[in-house]
Amino acid sequence: MNLIMDALACGYGNHAVVRDITLTLEKGDVLCLLGPNGSGKTTFFKTILGLLKRLEGKIYLGGEDIKKWPHSKIARAIGYIPQTHHPQFPFKVIDIVLMGRTAHLGPFAAPSAKDTAIAEEALDVLQIDYLKERIYTELSGGERQLVLIARALAQQSPILLMDEPTASLDFGNQVLVLSRIRQLARSGLSIIMACHFPEHAFLYGTKALLFKEGAVFGFGSPERTVTEDNIKALYGVEVEIAEVYTKQGEAVKVCVPCNTNHHLKMSLGGLRNVQTA
Amino acid sequence: MKVQLAIDKEKKKVSPGTKIRAGRQLGFLVLLLVGMCLFSIGIGRYPVHPGEVIRIILSRVIPIEKTWIDTLETVVFNVRIPRIIAAVLVGAALSAAGAVFQGMFKNPLVSPDILGASAGAGFGASLAIYLSLSVIGTQALAFCLGLFAVLSAYLVGSRVRHDPLLALVLAGILVSSIFTAATSLLKYVADPYDKLPAITFWLMGGLSSMQMHDVKLALIPILLGAVPLYLVRWKINVLAMGEEEAQALGLNTGRLKILVVFCATLMTAASVSISGIIGWVGLLVPHIARMLVGPNYRVLLPTSFLIGGIFLLLVDNLARNIAAIEVPLGILTALVGAPFFIYLISRRRGGWS
Repeated sequence: MNLIMDALACGYGNHAVVRDITLTLEKGDVLCLLGPNGSGKTTFFKTILGLLKRLEGKIYLGGEDIKKWPHSKIARAIGYIPQTHHPQFPFKVIDIVLMGRTAHLGPFAAPSAKDTAIAEEALDVLQIDYLKERIYTELSGGERQLVLIARALAQQSPILLMDEPTASLDFGNQVLVLSRIRQLARSGLSIIMACHFPEHAFLYGTKALLFKEGAVFGFGSPERTVTEDNIKALYGVEVEIAEVYTKQGEAVKVCVPCNTNHHLKMSLGGLRNVQTA
Repeated sequence: MKVQLAIDKEKKKVSPGTKIRAGRQLGFLVLLLVGMCLFSIGIGRYPVHPGEVIRIILSRVIPIEKTWIDTLETVVFNVRIPRIIAAVLVGAALSAAGAVFQGMFKNPLVSPDILGASAGAGFGASLAIYLSLSVIGTQALAFCLGLFAVLSAYLVGSRVRHDPLLALVLAGILVSSIFTAATSLLKYVADPYDKLPAITFWLMGGLSSMQMHDVKLALIPILLGAVPLYLVRWKINVLAMGEEEAQALGLNTGRLKILVVFCATLMTAASVSISGIIGWVGLLVPHIARMLVGPNYRVLLPTSFLIGGIFLLLVDNLARNIAAIEVPLGILTALVGAPFFIYLISRRRGGWS
């Protein structure tokens, strides 16, 4: 099922936070969304999910505009994975994952044995079935993120939206979560993921979308879109994009900030001046 | 649009252990409640032997040779049984309402009168006493003004677009304080020898002089509130994740929230209208239940209901037996509840994380 956006504008009230989003997401795509804080990434997600009214434009799913769809119908098509959070009550992991079945249940229904089987399958797919009976609020950040992904899998929606899935995770957990996300895309899911590292677009993305100051700054393949110039324009920092080769001889693009030493020297020099003054 | 989750390749076992354990716990609580009721019929100013209690009750159904005096039968059927049923109903209703409000507001410190039900009902009853209405009139006015208070809180809250849930709570506090002020005004102008003590006593909360028709009057709205809540109880879990997340999961949060607020308010107003203001039960019991069975409303809601009944019956037994005169129930629930709550929150995992 393709997700198509045509001149979409998102925002609050009459104020557009980001506008003119036109893109197509196909099966197996991982779209990496890059942009500084406050550039409208979360607003964009909320608009796709129907949590915010869209200001202009169209969103088509399988050829149909989703504007009038109820929450349950959208949820069956698009799963949302928020940043790791901390609910008030100590739910078990299996309870959290079962909530992914909400969109498939009638108004007075609770999950059946089949729903539980689907939830357990989702935990298996992410290889975290050992967490099933644990208390969600007592897990590490990486484990909680994986549980939220499992919940989205139990939702059985072909498209997943992830809001900075690796924010506040340590290095090991970042790699773990991102490699699982890549596996999911290879199994046929489409993913839109807000990233806070440009490198992630090279490592995991098939497409990249850049937001800057209320507009789309670039869209296309990561190689053509995530360039040194664009990063400078987006974040205001000089970077160098270089290729390194792994032991297997695979070329990997990395994004290294340059001039940091220069900045550091300047600020240290400033400090020294203050001390001598 | 199915994702590759091959469920059918092998039917997984659906953790039967958890379900059976939950069923056993609920069964145990039901037995405990029934046992407590029978025991409670026997104790009081006229002690009745437990065996005799059972024979007196059975004599209504099957012919049993009468070995007791008529007074005893009157005590059992006209005094104790209505009061015990009322204690169980009020405790259960307040606890279930408290449990769902805590989930809906994602806040474990919320009690069922958060939206002004108690303050409104208290004012209604005070007004009825002031106007010398009958007992039924008092209950009806308490019930109506309890509902009215919550409705006004809801209307005031819904005018705020920004953070509707917070606005609702603030509106509840606002409406509560207006009704509390109105009640104080009534007390100030009421006849100090006659009306003022009656109003004060009603506000303290209690179940003395409970009669079967009072119980019947409260039973209908309490059941009308309890049954829909029981049916949607699993979805309250999803609501506890927060409004936006629940919507992203496909829940129609607006409709569910209105249903939950309406049902929980119905139960609260109905209880307050027959028992007066009894604090702490609706705040405390959901915590005890959560400690026993966890936060999943599928089990938590019926558990809160049953434990609420047991708890208030226990406290009411104390109220009518610890002293020569009867202690008002509302005072006792606060005296028992507050220290118990301090104990709960000082434990590491006091029912919430």
